[in-house]
Amino acid sequence: MIFLWAFLIGGAICVVGQICFDVFKLTPAHTMTLLVVLGAIADGLGLYDPLIKFAGAGASVPITSFGNSLVHGALEELKKHGWVGILTGIFKVTSSGISAAIIFSFLAALVVKPKG
Amino acid sequence: MLKGHQSWVFENRPSIIGRATVVGPFEGQGPLAEDFDIIHGDLRLGQDSWEKAEKALLEEAAKLAIENAGLTQEQINFFVGGDLMNQIISTSFAARTLMIPYIGIFGACSTSMESLAVAANLVDSRSAKFALSSACSHNATAEKQFRYPTEYGSQKPPTAQFTVTGAGASVVAQEGQGPRVTSATIGRVIDMGISDPFNMGAAMAPAAVDTIQAHFRDFQIEPGHYDLIVTGDLSKVGYEIACDLFDKHKVPMHQTEYKDCGMMIYDYGKQKVQAGASGCGCSAVVTYGHLLNRMRNREFNRILVVATGALLSPISYQQGESIPCIAHAVSIESEAVKS
Repeated sequence: MIFLWAFLIGGAICVVGQICFDVFKLTPAHTMTLLVVLGAIADGLGLYDPLIKFAGAGASVPITSFGNSLVHGALEELKKHGWVGILTGIFKVTSSGISAAIIFSFLAALVVKPKG
Repeated sequence: MLKGHQSWVFENRPSIIGRATVVGPFEGQGPLAEDFDIIHGDLRLGQDSWEKAEKALLEEAAKLAIENAGLTQEQINFFVGGDLMNQIISTSFAARTLMIPYIGIFGACSTSMESLAVAANLVDSRSAKFALSSACSHNATAEKQFRYPTEYGSQKPPTAQFTVTGAGASVVAQEGQGPRVTSATIGRVIDMGISDPFNMGAAMAPAAVDTIQAHFRDFQIEPGHYDLIVTGDLSKVGYEIACDLFDKHKVPMHQTEYKDCGMMIYDYGKQKVQAGASGCGCSAVVTYGHLLNRMRNREFNRILVVATGALLSPISYQQGESIPCIAHAVSIESEAVKS
């Protein structure tokens, strides 16, 4: 059953992105930012974790999950270490993704030269 | 000589004595492939940047046009041309190689006919013996400057157009064998408030219609005067809007054949180009290649080429400005037609 929900919820998030492109004529950068912010707000309201439990990768793979992770880390550290935790926690959960992006971009830049 | 309000009539009937078209691999797979002089298999033309590739396209087209005219570079008095790059670098850098006194112009995709109109006027008024006119564009340089880097892989809506990789050049002379440039109408800038750079056809259509109507008004002729009227790069979306506007303004376009270069160069069935083609190179290679070949084969005697341009810059559209558009019309007649 979780496969079906992953498909439907993940698809629904992508539909929101496609509507931003085609109906509201947003740029790819604006659309991506909007989805990240929506994920962050959802986690702030405590809604994103239940969504991941419900739909699995359907909620954790789309970019909204990145917003969720930013807020998630900040809130966790806030509880543990007080206000300074907001600063130290933002990249706690997301650090693997960000580091991977930097390292793989570096490796790719060694091999190929962008001309776009 | 001035005719009407915004047109020139070239009474000495300058001839296009040499012309050349050079295109990229994608255009070479399209239905007009046989009409192009050189088709490159490598989109980068062996250069190390797209910008250098665009410049190389133009250099080849210019040199070949001069060669086809039976002339040498030293004999050409003026080179009139432009492209889509910031500060028209493709044309200016090619002019550095060609060493011909140079008049750089910018009319976005209308540059092909703007340059031909200016060159013909120079020759007709005896200000030049031989003038070279050109326009060029490259898909990858235009994508980079006006849209998103290709590596980014951004989605395109169905109204988007595909910039032609190609350069077209022609040598205009006071006399000689070849089709005659007989008149030109210089367009006004028209802005209907469209600000979507992925829907340039719709933005440009009203400018094309305005210039075509001005041409008929200035010369007191009707569409039937021409065997063919082509617009530069309106493509599917803009072409339909232009047809609707002609109907609305009661312009009897049914008297002639009306086509759009942006819908001729690619095969919609096989090539994924959304609404069709665009770019300075589009109307330049379709006119100097395909259309003038058909005129040579006596399929047409008189054509009106109306090149359309969207005068936006990357900065203006990022700031949400609408897209001002322009169109310039040039009429070309076969040498068999007497004035």
